[in-house]
Amino acid sequence: MISRTGHRVRGGRLGHVPSTLPDGDPVPPSGDLPEGALDGLGERPFGFYVHVPFCVTRCGYCDFNTYTASELGPGASREDYAHTAIREVRRARANLGDVDLPVETVFFGGGTPTLLPAADLVRILAAIGEEFGLAPGAEVSTEANPESVDPAYLEELRGGGFNRVSFGMQSAREHVLRVLERAHTPGRPAHAVAEARAAGFEHVNLDLIYSTPGESDDDWRASLSAAIEAGPDHVSAYSLIVEDGTRLAARIRRGELPMPDDDVAADRYLIADAMLAEAGFEWYEVSNWATSEAARCRHNLLYWTGGDWWGVGPGAHSHVGGTRWWNVKHPAAYAQRLTAGVSPAHAREVLTPGDRAVERLMLELRLSAGFPLGELDRPRVVARALADGLLEVEPFKTGRAVLTLRGRLLADALVRDLT
Amino acid sequence: MRIQPGQTDPAVIRNFCIIAHIDHGKSTLADRMLQITGVVDDRSMRAQYLDRMDIERERGITIKSQAVRLPWQVNGTEHVLNMIDTPGHVDFTYEVSRSLQACEGAILLVDAAQGIEAQTLANLYLAMNNDMTIIPVLNKIDLPAAQPEKYAAEIAHLIGCEPEEVLKVSGKTGVGVRELLDHVVEKVPAPVGEATAPARALIFDSVYDTYRGVVTYVRVMDGHLGKRERILMMSSGATHETLEIGVISPEPKIADKGLGVGEVGYLITGVKDVRQSRVGDTVTSGARPAADPLSGYEHPKPMVFSGLYPIDGDDYPELREALDKLQLNDAALVYEPETSAALGFGFRCGFLGLLHMEIVRERLEREFNLSLISTAPNVIYQVIMEDGKEFTVTNPSEFPTGKVDRVFEPMVKATVLVPSEFIGAIMELCQNRRGNLQGMDYLSEDRVEIRYTMPLGEIIFDFFDQLKSRTRGYASLDYEPSGEQESELVKVDILLQGEAVDAFSAIVHKDKAYSYGVEMAKKLRELIPRQQFEVPIQAAIGARVIARENIRAIRKDVLAKCYGGDISRKRKLLEKQKEGKKRMKMVGRVEVPQEAFVAALSTESSSADKAKK
Repeated sequence: MISRTGHRVRGGRLGHVPSTLPDGDPVPPSGDLPEGALDGLGERPFGFYVHVPFCVTRCGYCDFNTYTASELGPGASREDYAHTAIREVRRARANLGDVDLPVETVFFGGGTPTLLPAADLVRILAAIGEEFGLAPGAEVSTEANPESVDPAYLEELRGGGFNRVSFGMQSAREHVLRVLERAHTPGRPAHAVAEARAAGFEHVNLDLIYSTPGESDDDWRASLSAAIEAGPDHVSAYSLIVEDGTRLAARIRRGELPMPDDDVAADRYLIADAMLAEAGFEWYEVSNWATSEAARCRHNLLYWTGGDWWGVGPGAHSHVGGTRWWNVKHPAAYAQRLTAGVSPAHAREVLTPGDRAVERLMLELRLSAGFPLGELDRPRVVARALADGLLEVEPFKTGRAVLTLRGRLLADALVRDLT
Repeated sequence: MRIQPGQTDPAVIRNFCIIAHIDHGKSTLADRMLQITGVVDDRSMRAQYLDRMDIERERGITIKSQAVRLPWQVNGTEHVLNMIDTPGHVDFTYEVSRSLQACEGAILLVDAAQGIEAQTLANLYLAMNNDMTIIPVLNKIDLPAAQPEKYAAEIAHLIGCEPEEVLKVSGKTGVGVRELLDHVVEKVPAPVGEATAPARALIFDSVYDTYRGVVTYVRVMDGHLGKRERILMMSSGATHETLEIGVISPEPKIADKGLGVGEVGYLITGVKDVRQSRVGDTVTSGARPAADPLSGYEHPKPMVFSGLYPIDGDDYPELREALDKLQLNDAALVYEPETSAALGFGFRCGFLGLLHMEIVRERLEREFNLSLISTAPNVIYQVIMEDGKEFTVTNPSEFPTGKVDRVFEPMVKATVLVPSEFIGAIMELCQNRRGNLQGMDYLSEDRVEIRYTMPLGEIIFDFFDQLKSRTRGYASLDYEPSGEQESELVKVDILLQGEAVDAFSAIVHKDKAYSYGVEMAKKLRELIPRQQFEVPIQAAIGARVIARENIRAIRKDVLAKCYGGDISRKRKLLEKQKEGKKRMKMVGRVEVPQEAFVAALSTESSSADKAKK
């Protein structure tokens, strides 16, 4: 399995674009937003997500909206992609109107963004800057694969305005990487981090995956040690999710690999939290740890705190003022729409106040900042959660529901009980 | 005109029934008789013409009896044959006995490839005790596997005739059916009664019809019943007017002249509930009532009980309505509301037996579109406390707490017919079910009748299933009530996190309490999803815990990631999970999915599932 640049990682932080799109309401060809969606625009943080739907090969566990060259039809080539994406950036400005809307965060994910020439990524970022303007100190991230970048590439990105890079490390164990069908060698992530630092990147993240079939507790500890050793200021750790339709799912079904066990995943989570805390990383979201508040991923925090963002690219999701929409999935259909001057949006949903309340709880309860107790309306469930050790006592006294370590592992159950 | 209803000379009437096992071809033989006597032409013929309910036709069994009037000429004399179709299952023995009482003769119909079965044997004994004329017949002689010589010898041995006297027919091809009808005329005695005496007619069946109300099937013993006549039901004392009176041939035909001595037909009085016109009761004239009823009326007595609950609690009113409707047509069905902490609102229902239970349940689900959970079937227990108080327990969760002195349970005499190679298997099974061997007889060289007394409670607990699987399906079973017996019975409760789940309580023999407890606890551990806390499952007799399992606490219930594109998907998943939560039943703090109850209870009613086959 040879991969020159990054692979999209399932269970990896990336996951901005799942392969299956939800059902929704139709979107007019103009892409105009429904009434009310633009109210208060500019008062909330605003960001851009740019989806790059290309991979050299597809990993065994990946179910993202990404394509190898052979899977792509005409009109959707890598060479044309920057041009097509920039068309959507220009449409975004038209749809959002003239309001002053400085961009706080930009995130390039995929697929494998670094499969495009660095100049293409820089061009797209520049177009966003031209249309909206980047806020002072804006966070600009891209995903990358440890073995795919070199110092020159990283320097070109840094020069073009990128200041954060996220490497899909996954594991430091060769046999685990093999099950995941990842190509890089165990030692490579450390070098990649060093190269990024040398190129001047302020923030570097490593993505890790745990409870892969065949991984032991010690394998996981070794991966965490290697990640910590490499010196990033941010680590994301995800339990492997076996998605239907992937090669991994097929291998498990055939009995070639065991199904990851939830109790094992719980143990691994505890190991991760302990080792990362020991190394000076503090959790700020269920699956994310950072060495300082400045090292937290602002783009993701924007997702989790009800910010607005425009998702560029096939299958990309957007959210503006309580309306969520998502683009057509296939790169060829996406390119065709934009060439024809039509919105690439496939469908959308206008959230009811109830939906928004559920989403807010579901997302904010996962954060170390927690959720205001005063806005929870199930006192008995809350009291029981505190008694059962799912909520921290100290913040509770000052009116915040903050998950304990055990609470983080049962967050979904608690959200179900609270809604 | 001397064979018109109401004007028929009893001397030309022959009333007979067919005693046969479920799949020995009774309905097919009846079909041929309808065709050969010309009452149904070939164009209108359909298979199993007389079986009315879908369930009857699908399962190939008759639940309710029927009576058909057939013309048949012998030696130039027109005769009237009344064929009374009898139910073929042990649950309906009482109804069988009433059908037999309405006849002077019985065709004993036996599959030439299988030989006689236990239930047939039981009904044959009933007929012989009634001094009825038995006409032995082997059916399906066209089958390649038929062994007419062997089974003719077996039958001859049973009824005390010569093997040559056993007639051989094929209901399928019609071979031998004419000869059989001739034989009926020749051998079955004509009915005898007093034409001028006050009317007495035996009700041998009573059926509710949506359009007509209750249709009551009768055999006139003495006197005459006419239309627009006030009649009296002698056991209930109720009087009704006959709005219509007639015969079935095989479609209803109004009899303007009524019905006379020896005749079989139906009457309609406009009553809406079969309990007002009960099988076994005697109909007499309201104006000139008979002094004494015909003998043998018994009130149907439920033997097996089970709780029926709608899976969707909102269906409770529909379930009540459906039971009300079924009862219109089923005088043996009894029910009363009950509440289960685990299952909600439902009904405790009493049935004649397992098949009756299964049929009721199936009709509720099929005809009334209800989804039901039924609790494990149980029998009636009499409990005497040390202070002398007595309780009748039809629901294990109501078994009294405190100092129990003695417990009595209903017993049955069970008869198993089986090829002799399986004797060991049967004895092992029956012994294991607390059976007492009463005797054993060879019906032929390789077929044996084994008799046991046994608690009914052991039979309704997957006995039939075991019997069939241990004998490769060859064994057949019949049983009849045989009093009560004191037994060492205990109630086993199943507790989730210390709370008893009423639906899982069972009354079992003390030697089996442990295995019941262990098995149930294990099963529930598999079926109940892990909760946020550890859930102990215990089986207990009173305060004494006899088995324990643990459902370990769930430790991880969180999706690792939730980014921009995941939010809609995750919210929808959450909503779906919440919907699922609504279908959970709470036992204390433990969420138990409805499916867990269904699955835990269904395996135990598997005996009922098999009994219908």
